[in-house]
Amino acid sequence: MSTPILEVVDLIKHFPLATGLLGRAGSAVRAVDGVSFAVQERETLGIVGESGCGKSTTARLLMQLIVPTSGAIRYQGQTVGTKALPLKEFRRQVQMVFQDSYASLNPRLTVEDSIAFAPTVHGVSGDQAVRKARALLDRVGLEPARFAGRYPHELSGGQRQRVNIARALAVEPRVLLLDEAVSALDKSVEAQVLNLLLDLKDEMGLTYLFISHDLEVVRFMSTQVLVMYLGRIAEVGPTEALYTASRHPYTTALLGSLLSMDPDNRRTQAPLAGDPPNPIDPPPGCRFHTRCAYAEPVCSTREPDLGGVGLAHAAACHMAHPGTGHSRAAGRVA
Amino acid sequence: MTKDKILRVEQLSVTFTGGTKPVRAVDNVDLDVARGEVLALLGESGSGKSVTLRSILRLHNEKRTRIDGRIIADGTDVTLLDGDALSRFRGKTVSMVFQEPMLALDPVYTVGRQINEAIRRHESVSQDTARTRALHLFERVRIPSPERRLDSYPHEMSGGMRQRAMIALALACSPKVLLADEPTTALDATVQVQILLLLRDLQRELGLSMIFVTHDIGVAVEVADRVAVMYAGRIVELGPVRDVLRTPRHPYTVGLLSTRAHGGRLSGNRLPTIPGSPPDLTNLPAGCAFAPRCSSVTESCRTKAPEARAVGAGHTVRCILQHPTVGPK
Repeated sequence: MSTPILEVVDLIKHFPLATGLLGRAGSAVRAVDGVSFAVQERETLGIVGESGCGKSTTARLLMQLIVPTSGAIRYQGQTVGTKALPLKEFRRQVQMVFQDSYASLNPRLTVEDSIAFAPTVHGVSGDQAVRKARALLDRVGLEPARFAGRYPHELSGGQRQRVNIARALAVEPRVLLLDEAVSALDKSVEAQVLNLLLDLKDEMGLTYLFISHDLEVVRFMSTQVLVMYLGRIAEVGPTEALYTASRHPYTTALLGSLLSMDPDNRRTQAPLAGDPPNPIDPPPGCRFHTRCAYAEPVCSTREPDLGGVGLAHAAACHMAHPGTGHSRAAGRVA
Repeated sequence: MTKDKILRVEQLSVTFTGGTKPVRAVDNVDLDVARGEVLALLGESGSGKSVTLRSILRLHNEKRTRIDGRIIADGTDVTLLDGDALSRFRGKTVSMVFQEPMLALDPVYTVGRQINEAIRRHESVSQDTARTRALHLFERVRIPSPERRLDSYPHEMSGGMRQRAMIALALACSPKVLLADEPTTALDATVQVQILLLLRDLQRELGLSMIFVTHDIGVAVEVADRVAVMYAGRIVELGPVRDVLRTPRHPYTVGLLSTRAHGGRLSGNRLPTIPGSPPDLTNLPAGCAFAPRCSSVTESCRTKAPEARAVGAGHTVRCILQHPTVGPK
C-alpha cells in the first residue's frame, strides 16, 4: 500500500479536570485514548460515534487546534510540526469545515473577503485572491454577482455552509475535514450539500474525513468507516463490509438503532440500554463491556485491541480474535 | 365523530408581531387528534410545526403574538383561557415534553422536587403522597435506581435519563394529551430508540393522545398513526402514516422522502434533491409556498394557494397535481 496521505499514530488527548481545594490530582477526561488510523488519498474516511466518543476531539487534534497529550500526525509520511512539514504548510494542505456555519464565519467580513483571506496569508496577491473567491463561490453554487458582497447573516444555513466549503478550498488543500458539516442543515438542503461535496471530491481529487453522528449519511459518503466509542476505535473497515457484516457488538448496536422507515416493521427493542458511560472514568478492560450483551469476565479485565496494523476490517473485540479467552472468540483470523 | 376528538385545532394562524414586519408562522392550520392517537407534525426549520405545538399550551408571548382560530382541548377553548384557568389546564389536560431537558428542567431543584411541585400544584395531596407518585413515575419511565434518582439534580443525569425525567414530569398529573417537541433530536442514536420505544409504550398503556413534532420522517414513522407535513406554516399533506410514506401526493413530501440517504449507495450516485431552500416567512410567494422549488409547478400555482383536497381515506393534500406521484419505494 502506498504512503497514506494522512496518518495518525497512537493519538492521546486527556483534558485535565480543574482541581478544587481537595482536588483529585491526575483526574482527566480521556477524550481520545490511543487512536491510530490511516487515510489513503482520494478515500473518504467516515468517523461515527455518539457524543463523547472523541470524534470531534480527533478532528481538532488533527488540525492542531488543540495540542495532543501524545501521539503523532503524519501527512504524506512527514510528521506535522517538524522542519520538513511546518504547521502553516500542513494547514494549507488540510482544511476543516465546522458544524456551526454561522460561528465559523467572521460576521464583519463579506463572504468574498472571508474566502479570499486565507490565500493572501499564503502569499497570493489580493486581486488574485478575490478572483479566486468569486470562482469558488460560483463553483459551490452561489452566483458571485449576487452573493460576493453579502454578509453571513444575509445567507441561509445551507448557503453559509457552501461559503465555508469554498473558504476551505481557497488554499487548494488536498484533504478536507468535515466535522458534522451537514448536521445543522435541513434534510432537503443537506442532500444538496452532500452532492456538492461528492462533486468537488471527484473534480479536485480530494480526500475527506467525514465526521458525523448520522449513520445513513456516513454510509452514503464514505469509502471507509471508523467507529469510535469512549475515546477508542471500536471498529474500522470498508463501508459496506462494516454496515453489512459488523464485527464489533457496538457497531451492531449502532446499526440496530437506525430507524425502520417501515410502519409495519417498527423497532420493537432498543439494542442497548442506558447512555454511554462518562469518559472521565471509562470502564476497565473493554470500554463497551458495561453495555455489551456478550460481555464475559475477560472483557472487564483485558482491553481488546484492533489486532494488528493495516488490517482492512478490524474490530477491537475479544470475540473477533482467536485465543482471547472469550467463549465466542472467533476461529477465523480477522 | 367529533366526539372522540380530544383535541381540535381550527383555522389556526399565528402571527409574530414583535419584529419590524409581522411574521405569519402558522397559516390556517386545521388538525384534530383522536383519543389514543399519535399525530406527527413533520417539517423543516421555519415550517411552523413547533409554533403550532406551542400555541396549544399558549406558550407564546401574548404581547407579541396574534393567534387567530380556535383550539379545543377536551371541550375547552384554549384561546379563551386566562390566569388560573390556563394554569390549571397546562400540565393537567395537556402537557409537553421539550427537546432539551437541560433547559426545560430547573437546574437548582432536584427532579423529584420538581415533580412534587407539579403534582401539588394541581392536586391537594401530601408531600409523601406526591413523592410516592413521583417514584412510581420514575419506575414507569424506567429510570434505574429511581428512589435515589429522585434526589438528583438535572446536571447529575445523562442526556437520556434527563429526558426520561422530563417525560415523568410531563405525565405527573395524568394529562390527556401529551405534546412532544423533538424529544429525541438532542439524543444519541442508541438512546433515541430507547426514548421512542418508551414514549410509544407509555402512550399505549395510558391511552394518551400525542402530537409529536419532528424534522425526521424516520421518527414519525416509528411513532405516529397519522402524519401532517408542514411547509411554510401550512399543512401541505395529512394522512395515515402508511399512505403518506408509500403514496406521498405532495411534491414536497415526495422530495423529502427521496432526499433521505437511506441504505447503501452505488459509488458515484448522487442523492435526489429539492432545489433551493425553505422560504423566508416574511416574504412568502403569493400562491403555493413550495412553487419556487417545485419541479411540476404550473402558472396557477404561483397565483393561488391550493386548497386542501381529499385524495384517499383521511388523506388530504394541498396541491393541484391530479396524477398520483410515486414515492421512492
